[in-house]
Amino acid sequence: MSKFKKRKKEMPAVNTSSLPDIVFMLLFFFMVTTVMRENDLAIEAPSLPSATEVKKLERKSLVSTIFVGKAKDSKYGTGYNRIQLNDKIATPEDVPSFIFLERGNVSEAEVPFMTTSIKADKQSSVGTLADIREKLRDVNALKLSLSTHKGSAIKK
Amino acid sequence: MARRENPEINAGSMADIAFLLLIFFLVTTTMDVDSGIPKKLAEKTDVKPPIVKEKNIFQVDINRNNQLLVENEAMELKDLKDAAIKFIDNGGGIGNPMPGKEAGAACNYCKGAKDPESSDHPNKAVIAVQSDRGTDFGTYVSVQDELLKAYTELRNRFCEEKYGISFTELEEAFIAGARKDGALRIKVEDVKNSYPQIISDIDPTNVQ
Repeated sequence: MSKFKKRKKEMPAVNTSSLPDIVFMLLFFFMVTTVMRENDLAIEAPSLPSATEVKKLERKSLVSTIFVGKAKDSKYGTGYNRIQLNDKIATPEDVPSFIFLERGNVSEAEVPFMTTSIKADKQSSVGTLADIREKLRDVNALKLSLSTHKGSAIKK
Repeated sequence: MARRENPEINAGSMADIAFLLLIFFLVTTTMDVDSGIPKKLAEKTDVKPPIVKEKNIFQVDINRNNQLLVENEAMELKDLKDAAIKFIDNGGGIGNPMPGKEAGAACNYCKGAKDPESSDHPNKAVIAVQSDRGTDFGTYVSVQDELLKAYTELRNRFCEEKYGISFTELEEAFIAGARKDGALRIKVEDVKNSYPQIISDIDPTNVQ
């Protein structure tokens, strides 16, 4: 009988000694995959257009990003055509100096491989894009990437 | 002297610390890889651009209300790809000489209508996109996307027939090999030369 009585003992606690290991594993995963945002957005995060025929931007260090969208600060108006370079609102006239600044950060041999990525809002107008494009041609920054989400624009 | 045992460090709060860090990285992490539609801008030179025959130009206009006018006919975005394929793949005449060849030849891989009024050869076929300054960027990108889709479809078809593998896979294999595989490079170049992407952006109009 005593054998049966022993079974009435309280529930043993779940062994949690491996919990830190699991958490650390997850932690390392996120630490490795994390990319810190480089500059603060002075415009509202642009809702990018969707496209399917996209190419990945391969080398992050050779990419300079231009943001186009609606400024957070209302003194710049409510249009979707404000340009942000580094962390300031700028005009197309500032694009060449921005490109030269970016070129200073990489070795001379890599300059021809530099890509300019334009992250523009769906509602921005092509006119702004054309202005930027013209300025980029002036300084011979000829590789351009129009940043998009993956997905089709045509609803089936 | 009695030897004392080393007291064990209490590791019970290690999980809490790890959780804290975990949550921090969870919040700051962004998973998406930057991707976009690649464009190559034209260099500014004094050289006059070559004159292109009217029939070799596929004119796509987008107005400020985001409507399409393709070859002077209104068109929906969903029909653009097929129209572009029909134009590029027409093969109605003699093309520019392929690299390494002296004289141009007729397109022997085109499956188009061979209409003499449409494009001569895929390497002569120019797609000209003209938009208004007021056109939405989203519409502009979807038009570019549809045109690129047309090229991808033609390249895939050509590559499938010649090498038994789709161009998308071929290019992936080439990039995975760090662009060093000579045999793959020849194939990729061959497909690209057979259907070169010639999309020209004309300076936007400014209709007030």
